[in-house]
Amino acid sequence: MSDKNITCECGHVNPYGTEICEVCGKPLQGDIESKKLLNMRYEGSARRSQTYKTTIIDKIWNFFSSVKVGIWIIILLLVASAIGTIFPQEMYIPPLSDPTVYYKEQYGVLGQLYYDLGFHNLYGSWWYMLLIAALGLSLIVASLDRFVPLYRSLKKQRVIRHESFMKRQKYFGVTEINEDTAELQDIKKALENKRYHVKEEDGHLFAEKNRFSRWGPYVNHIGLILFLIGGMLRFFPGMYVDEVLWLREGETEKIKGTEEAYYLQSDGFILETYDNNDEKFKNAIEESGQAAVAKNYQTDAVLYKQVGERIAGTDPNLEKVKEHPIQVNKPLKFDGYAIYQVDYKLNELQSMSFTMDNKESGESVGDLTIDLYNPEKSYDLENGYRVEVMDYFPDFEFNDDGEPTTKSKVPNNPAFILNMVSPDHPDGEVAFVAIKQNLEPLGENDYKMSFQNVDTKNVSGLVVRKDNTLWILGIGGAIFMIGVIQGMYWNHRRIWIRRKEHDIWLSSHTNKNWYGLKRELESITSQTGLQMPMDQAEQKK
Amino acid sequence: MAQLSSNLLYVAFFIYFAASIIFAISLFGRKWRKSDEETHAKKWGMWGFALSTIGFLFQLSYFITRWIAAGHAPVSNLFEFTTFFGMAMVFAFLIIYLIYRSNVIGVFAMPVAIIVIAYASVFPSDIQPLIPALQSNWLKIHVTTAALGEGILSISFAAGLVYLVKTVNQSKASKSTFWLEFVMYSLISTIAFVVLSLGFEAAGYSSTYQFVDQNEQQVTVDYTLPALAGPNDGEYVSGNEFGPLFEAPGWMKGEKAAHKLNTLIWSMVGGLVFYALIRLILRKRIGAAIQPALKNVNEELVDEIQYRAVAIGFPVFTLGALIFAMIWAQAAWTRFWGWDPKEVWALVTFLFYAAYLHLRLSRGWQGEKSAWLAVVGFVIIMLNLVVVNLVISGLHSYA
Repeated sequence: MSDKNITCECGHVNPYGTEICEVCGKPLQGDIESKKLLNMRYEGSARRSQTYKTTIIDKIWNFFSSVKVGIWIIILLLVASAIGTIFPQEMYIPPLSDPTVYYKEQYGVLGQLYYDLGFHNLYGSWWYMLLIAALGLSLIVASLDRFVPLYRSLKKQRVIRHESFMKRQKYFGVTEINEDTAELQDIKKALENKRYHVKEEDGHLFAEKNRFSRWGPYVNHIGLILFLIGGMLRFFPGMYVDEVLWLREGETEKIKGTEEAYYLQSDGFILETYDNNDEKFKNAIEESGQAAVAKNYQTDAVLYKQVGERIAGTDPNLEKVKEHPIQVNKPLKFDGYAIYQVDYKLNELQSMSFTMDNKESGESVGDLTIDLYNPEKSYDLENGYRVEVMDYFPDFEFNDDGEPTTKSKVPNNPAFILNMVSPDHPDGEVAFVAIKQNLEPLGENDYKMSFQNVDTKNVSGLVVRKDNTLWILGIGGAIFMIGVIQGMYWNHRRIWIRRKEHDIWLSSHTNKNWYGLKRELESITSQTGLQMPMDQAEQKK
Repeated sequence: MAQLSSNLLYVAFFIYFAASIIFAISLFGRKWRKSDEETHAKKWGMWGFALSTIGFLFQLSYFITRWIAAGHAPVSNLFEFTTFFGMAMVFAFLIIYLIYRSNVIGVFAMPVAIIVIAYASVFPSDIQPLIPALQSNWLKIHVTTAALGEGILSISFAAGLVYLVKTVNQSKASKSTFWLEFVMYSLISTIAFVVLSLGFEAAGYSSTYQFVDQNEQQVTVDYTLPALAGPNDGEYVSGNEFGPLFEAPGWMKGEKAAHKLNTLIWSMVGGLVFYALIRLILRKRIGAAIQPALKNVNEELVDEIQYRAVAIGFPVFTLGALIFAMIWAQAAWTRFWGWDPKEVWALVTFLFYAAYLHLRLSRGWQGEKSAWLAVVGFVIIMLNLVVVNLVISGLHSYA
C-alpha cells in the first residue's frame, strides 16, 4: 500500500487515493491548469470506498458506505412504516378477535391481502428488522469511510494553500494593493472580530471557524447507532419486564416480574369525572356526547418489600416501602420498576350473602357470606345447621352437553352447588344457587338459600414495567440531538489570504449556508478595502 | 376570558390577512409605483413584517388568555393544535424574515398560515377538560415543540413553492406545471372546505344519523354539511333531510370518520369549482399568472431559505415530535414507542427530512428537486395532521 502513496510537491506524503493534498491543497488528480471548481466534499481526502474496489470486502464496504444506498434504505423504511398504518396492527385490533378473519371481515379483500402479506405485524417482521439492521450498518460504514480521512485532512491543513487550490474555490478574488488596502494585521483583526481563528505564516493568513460543525453528522450517527443498540438490548433476558397486574381493593398481591421481592396493596381505586355543569367545560362535555369525561384514574397503592427468606407455605414477611397514589402519568417507581395505572373495573363482585331459610316457617336459621375469590369448604351456622360448598362456578354457563361449567376464574356470574345440612337432614339437601336462580336438582327441599346481597369492589388494572435499556436510549437520543444541532446550526467557514507580489488573493469556503458566508465576506472586505471575491459558480452560468 | 381570547384570535387572523396583502404589494406593486424598486420593496416589506409581528402578538395573546381560561396549555385538541401550528408558522416566518429579509416568502408563507388557522376554525372551539392521559407538563412541552418544528419546516414549503412558481417553465404543459397546479388546487380546496363548513354552519344546517362505532356502541353523529357520504350502516334520525347518496366504507371507524369523509368530498368538489372559476378568470394556469410577479426574485436565495428552514426545523421537530414524545409516552402509556399511527407518521416525517438532508448535502439535490422535496415534506406533515386523525383511529384521536 505504501508504495502507492502520493508525494506532493510540498513534500507531504498523502495516502493513496487523495485528490487534494492534505497539507498544501494542491490538486493531485486531473489537470492542474483546469479552471473547474474543486470538489471540496470531504476535502478531496482518500476515502476507502473510492479507492479500493476489488475484493468482496471492498464491495460490501462500498455498498454500505454509499449515501445513495443509505437514502434508499431510509426511503424503504419510510414507505414500509407508512404502509403499517393503513390498517391497524395486530396489537391494536380488539382483544380476543382472530386476526385470520378479522382483517377480511373488517376491511374486505384488501384487508385479507394485508394480512396475507404479513403487514398486520409489519414492525416485527424479519424484513423490517433487516432494513433497520442495514440502516445501522450503513450508518457505521458510511461514517467511518468519511470521518477518518476528513479528520486527517482538516488536521494537517496548512496556512499557505496552493495557488491552484485558491483559484478553484467558489469564492475567489484578487485585490491590487493600494492606499485603501488595510495592513495584514488589520485584516487579521477584522477576521478575528468575526470570531475566526487566524493563523499567520510568512505574511499569509488562514482564518477558520466552527470546524467542530463538520463532526456533527458523525456525532449524530453515533447517537443513532447507540439508540439502535439500545433497541436491540431489549431482547436480552432481564433487561425488560412487562406484566399486567389486576389488583382488587384491599388486596395485596406479589408484583409479577419482581421475583417475588415486592408486593403491592390497593387501598382503593378512585374514578373521578368532570362536573357536567362546570361553567368552563359544560359546552365541550355536551358536544362530546359522552355521559361524563374522566378526570382521574387512581389506585391508592402501598408498596411492600419481602424481608428475609420466604419459607414455603407461610405468609411472606413484608416491610412497607412507600405509599403512592398511582395515576395516569404518575407511575409508582421503585428499584428500576414502574407501575402504571392503565385500566380498571368498577363494582366487581366480591362476595355474596345468603340466609338459610326454613321454607315452611319462612324463618331464617342462619346466614353466611361467601368470598367469591376464596370460598370456604363449609360454613357452620351453629345449632346443627351447616352449608357445604360442593361445587363453585365463578363464571357460570352451561356447556354444550348441558353441564354447568365456568368460563373463567373471574366471578362475573357466580353459581354454587350447595349442600344444606340441618338437624332434620343430617346428610343435607342439595341446592343449585346462582344469580336470580334457585334450583333443586335432586328433588324438593325443606330448606332454601335466600340471596341477601352482594359486596362489590373496584379492581385496578396495572402494568408493571422495567426497561433497563432506557439509559442507553437516552444517551443515544441526547448525542443525536447534540450532533444534529452541531452540524445544522453552525457552519465550517474558512478564508485564505495570500500575498502575491502586489496583489492580495482571497478565497473562501463553507460547508453550507453560502449566503451567510457571502454576507460575512461583504462585511470583512468593506472594512479592509479588499475586493469582494466573485462567486465563480455563478459566473460560469 | 374565553370570549376575549377568541376575539383576539379573530383580530390576529385579519391582521395576518392584511400583512399578506402588504407583502403582495411589495412585489406586485412595482408596476404602478414610481419609486425605485428597492426602496419600494423595503418599505412595504417593513410594513408587512410589522403587521405580521402585530398579528403574531395578538395570536400570542389569544394563546395566553385561552391558557388562563382553560387552566391548561391550549394545545389539547384539533382546534387548539391547528391554531397553534399556524402561529408557529408565523413565528418561524418572522425569524426567517429577520435573517433573510425576503418579502416573497411572506407572500406565500402568510397565506398558508392563514389557511391553516382557517382550517382550525372548523373544529369545535369549546374549552375541553383534559382526560387523565393529557394531564402532564409534557403536554405543553411536547406539543408546542413538535408544532414549532412543523411550523419551521412549513416555511421550507413556502420557499419551495416560491422557487417552483418562479422557475417552472410555464410555456408548455408538463408534469411540473401539473403538480404545481395540483398544489394550488389543494390549497384552494382547503379554503373551499372552510367556506362551505362555516357557510352551512351559519345557515344552521344539521342532520343527525345513528350508527354503531368501533367500540360496538350505538352513537349519533351530526352532519353540518349535506350528507353525500353517510355513516356505514347509518340511520337517519333528525334534522335536514338530504341524502346520504352513499355510505362510507366499513373501515372508516375513527370518531366521526364518515362525517369527515363527507366533508372531504365536499372540499374536493368545492375546491374544483373555485379552481375552475379562477382559471376561467385568469385564462391561464395559476402558476403562470403569478410567475411574472416573481421575476426579480433571487431564486438562489429562495433555495437557500428553503434549505435553511429544514436545517433549523429538523432538529426542533426531532426533539419535539420524537424525543419529547417518547419521554412522555414512557410516563403516560408505559412505553416510549408503540407504533401508534401518529408516532409512525412522526417517524415517517423524520425519515423524510433525513433523506432530504442527505440528498441535498451529499447528492447535490438543490433548486427544483429540493423544492419539490419541500412540497412533499409539507404534504407528509399535513397527512399527519389531517388524515391520521380523520381516517385512522389511534391514541392521538383527541378531536
